[in-house]
Amino acid sequence: MADFDQEFDASGLNCPLPILRTKKALGKMDSGQVLRVIATDPGSVKDFDAFANQTGNKLLSSGEESGKYVFLIEKA
Amino acid sequence: MSDTKKLAIIATKGTLDWAYPPFILASTAAALGYETQIFFTFYGLQLLRKDLDLQVSSLGNPAMPMPMPVPVLAQALPGMQGFMTSMMKKKMASKGVASVEELRELSQEAEVKFIACQMTVELFEFDTKDFIGDVEYAGAAKFFEFAGEADISLYI
Repeated sequence: MADFDQEFDASGLNCPLPILRTKKALGKMDSGQVLRVIATDPGSVKDFDAFANQTGNKLLSSGEESGKYVFLIEKA
Repeated sequence: MSDTKKLAIIATKGTLDWAYPPFILASTAAALGYETQIFFTFYGLQLLRKDLDLQVSSLGNPAMPMPMPVPVLAQALPGMQGFMTSMMKKKMASKGVASVEELRELSQEAEVKFIACQMTVELFEFDTKDFIGDVEYAGAAKFFEFAGEADISLYI
């Protein structure tokens, strides 16, 4: 079973698009659901942390997988 | 909701490079839950055109990274501005940087409020039919109505 409900691939996108599109994707999800985001923008690591801090959405994990950044975000 | 944070931006520049900061910051702030307004004045009004034709110039801008050194006099030659602009756009697209149009659209979708300076419209005899919709035309006092309550105010 996947540990997320939806996935959004932001590979190749640069600031602020990964955050803006993530916000959009979360908007279509229900509270408690988990979104997996894949990004290549190195700035996204700090940005997703800051996004979670300011929006109340929970950053469950933030890491690197085969050269890409992967985030799991639980919608508040 | 009085605990909503507010961001007020004044956009005064109308070049391709300077079109980015107001729209990047406004759309991001909106995504973070800020109530956001941009007041467009003077050359900033060019950012509201339906058909954007924003240019960038290396003239008077020694900090602009160039792929090769070009003497200032040569930078003033006809066609150079168009060349610089198309190079900048290509560079941005290759790095996954959004277009100004896209960021503007994302800002409006996120309910960022656009206010255009009425005085500038009169001054430059702009036709508001050339501008995008959902823009309010007003003056400085209208800006302060929002900015006076704002947590952050930026002049760009």
